[in-house]
Amino acid sequence: MMPTTLAPTLDVRKIRKDFPILQQEVNGHPLVYLDNGATAQRPKPVLDAMRSFYERDNANVHRGMHELSRRATEEFEAARVTVARFLNAADPSEVVWVRGTTEAINLVAMTWGWTSLEPGDEILLTVMEHHSNLIPWQLLAQRTGAVLRFLDVDDEGRLRLEQMQALLSSRTKLVAFNHVSNALGTINPVAQICEVAHAAGAKVLIDGAQAGPHLDIDVQALGVDFYAVSGHKMGAPMGIGALWARRELLEEMPPYQGGGEMIDLVELDRSTFAEVPHKFEAGTPNVGGAVGMAAAVDYLEGIGHDAIAAHERSLIEYGLEKLPAIPGLRLFGPKRPEERVAVFSFALEGIHPHDIATILDAEGIAIRSGHHCTQPLMRRLGVPATARASCWIYTSTGDLDRLAEGVASAQRIFG
Amino acid sequence: MTIDRSTPDLGSLYQEVILDHYKRPRNRGAVDPHDADIHMRNPSCGDEIRLQFRLDGGRIEDIAFTGEGCSISQASSSMMTDLVKGKTPEEGLSIARRFTELMHGDAGAAKDKALGQARVLQGVGKFPARVKCALLAWDAFQEGVKQADRESGGTPS
Repeated sequence: MMPTTLAPTLDVRKIRKDFPILQQEVNGHPLVYLDNGATAQRPKPVLDAMRSFYERDNANVHRGMHELSRRATEEFEAARVTVARFLNAADPSEVVWVRGTTEAINLVAMTWGWTSLEPGDEILLTVMEHHSNLIPWQLLAQRTGAVLRFLDVDDEGRLRLEQMQALLSSRTKLVAFNHVSNALGTINPVAQICEVAHAAGAKVLIDGAQAGPHLDIDVQALGVDFYAVSGHKMGAPMGIGALWARRELLEEMPPYQGGGEMIDLVELDRSTFAEVPHKFEAGTPNVGGAVGMAAAVDYLEGIGHDAIAAHERSLIEYGLEKLPAIPGLRLFGPKRPEERVAVFSFALEGIHPHDIATILDAEGIAIRSGHHCTQPLMRRLGVPATARASCWIYTSTGDLDRLAEGVASAQRIFG
Repeated sequence: MTIDRSTPDLGSLYQEVILDHYKRPRNRGAVDPHDADIHMRNPSCGDEIRLQFRLDGGRIEDIAFTGEGCSISQASSSMMTDLVKGKTPEEGLSIARRFTELMHGDAGAAKDKALGQARVLQGVGKFPARVKCALLAWDAFQEGVKQADRESGGTPS
C-alpha cells in the first residue's frame, strides 16, 4: 500500500466538549460564541489546572520556605518555561509576566521608551493599531518630546509597506504594530517589516494579542525585539499575559514598578534590583493566572498547530465565500485567505452594527459591534463602527451559517 | 446578586414607530443662529450627536440634530427633538428626567403622557447594553439647557 499523509484534522465537536461554557442556550438558542477577538473561552484543562493549583498548591512565590510555597514557585516558573516555548524564546528569563498585552506595551514605553527617546526621536506606528498600542506611545511622546508617525493601510486593510522607507529616518527609534489586526483580521508581514526597521536602526515591538490564538509564533524567526501577548485571548484566564524581549534589552531597561519581588538589596535611600525577568515583576504575581496560561499553551499544543491552522483556513475560506454573497453586506479586511485570520468585520447597508449585534444576540449569537478600540482605523475606512464575528478553534462552519441567518433576520426587521 | 437570564423581547425593541423615526428622522440638521450647540459622544460605542437649539420668548423655538448611531440612538434623538420643541427649557428638562426614569424601568413613566411617542422606547430598558444609546440625545439636551443658561448670563429663561 502507498503511504498516505494524513492531513491534520481538528474535530470541532470534540473540541467543543472541552468548553463547558459553550454547552448552553442563550435566549433560547444554542450559544454561538463569535466574540473571541474580545476574549476567548477557557477549556476544561485550563479550569482544572487553576482549580488544582488553588486547591492544593496555592502560596506566595519565591520567598516562602514551606512546601506549598516551593510548589507554587515551581509551577509559576514552569509556566514561564511553557510560555517561552510557545513564543520560541531563546531563554525563559526573556519572558516577563504582565496582566496582558496592554501592560506589556506600557511596560516597554515606561522603561525602554522613557530612557531611550530624546526630543525629536520618532516612533513609527500604523493607523490600524488597537488603542493599547497607540495611547502608551502618545503619552510617552508627550513626556519625551518624541514624534509619532503612522503607516497607512490600503482599502483592504493591509499595511502600505511602500510608505515604510519614506516614514523611516535616522530618528526612528521604534516601529510598533500588531501582528494581527483585532478589527480586520489582517496578518501583518512582521519579519519583512523588522528587516526594514532594523536596517534603519529602529527596534520593533509587536502587539501579538490577536496572533496568540491564531498563529504559530516564533519571536526569533520573526526577528522582533519586543513581543506582547495576552492569555485570555487564547484560552487562559484574564489578568495574565507575557512580554517577551531580547535578554540584552531587558538587562538595559530600568525597572517598571517598584516593590517586593523585584529587589536585590534594599536600603532606606537606595536599592539594587533583582535579575531579569524578576526586575520587572514587582508585587505578588498572578500565579494562578500563569498556571492557567501554561495549561492553555499545553492544550493548544495538544491539538497541534497544523490542525489549528487547517481549521482556521477552512473557516476563512467559508466566511470569505458566504458573507460577501449576502446583499448589502460589506466585508472588511484582506480578500486573500493567506493574508488574514478568521475574523470577519462587516457592515450592513442601513443597519447599524449595534442593532446587528442585538438582533444576533436574540438568536444566541455573540458578536462584537463598535469601533473595536481602533477609532483611527474606523475613520480611515470611513465607517463609525463595524460588526465583528471572530472565530476560534471551536467555531464551526455551522456557526457561520447561523451568523448568516441572523444577518438575514436583521435585514428582515429593518427591511 | 442574581443574574437575569431571561430572554428579552426583540419585538418590543424594534417597533414600527422606532424604525420609522430611524429611517425618517425628524428635525435632522442644524439650527443657525442657536443658543445651544452640544457635541456628545458615547466613548464605549462611538455613537455621536450634535444638537443645536434656539430659544425665543422663553421657548425652544427650533431644535435639530445630526450624528451617527444605531437605530435606538437615532430614533430617540428624533423623538426627543419632536417632544421638546415649543416647550420651555424647564418643561424640556422635566421630560428628560422622566425619560431617564423610563429607561430605568419606572412603571409610572411608562404611562406618563408627557413622554408622548417616546414611551415606545420603554422596551429599551430590557436591553441594558442599549440604554446608553437611548439616553445620549437626552443627555445632550440637558447639557444644552445648561449651556444656553450660562450664555444668557445665568438668568432664568
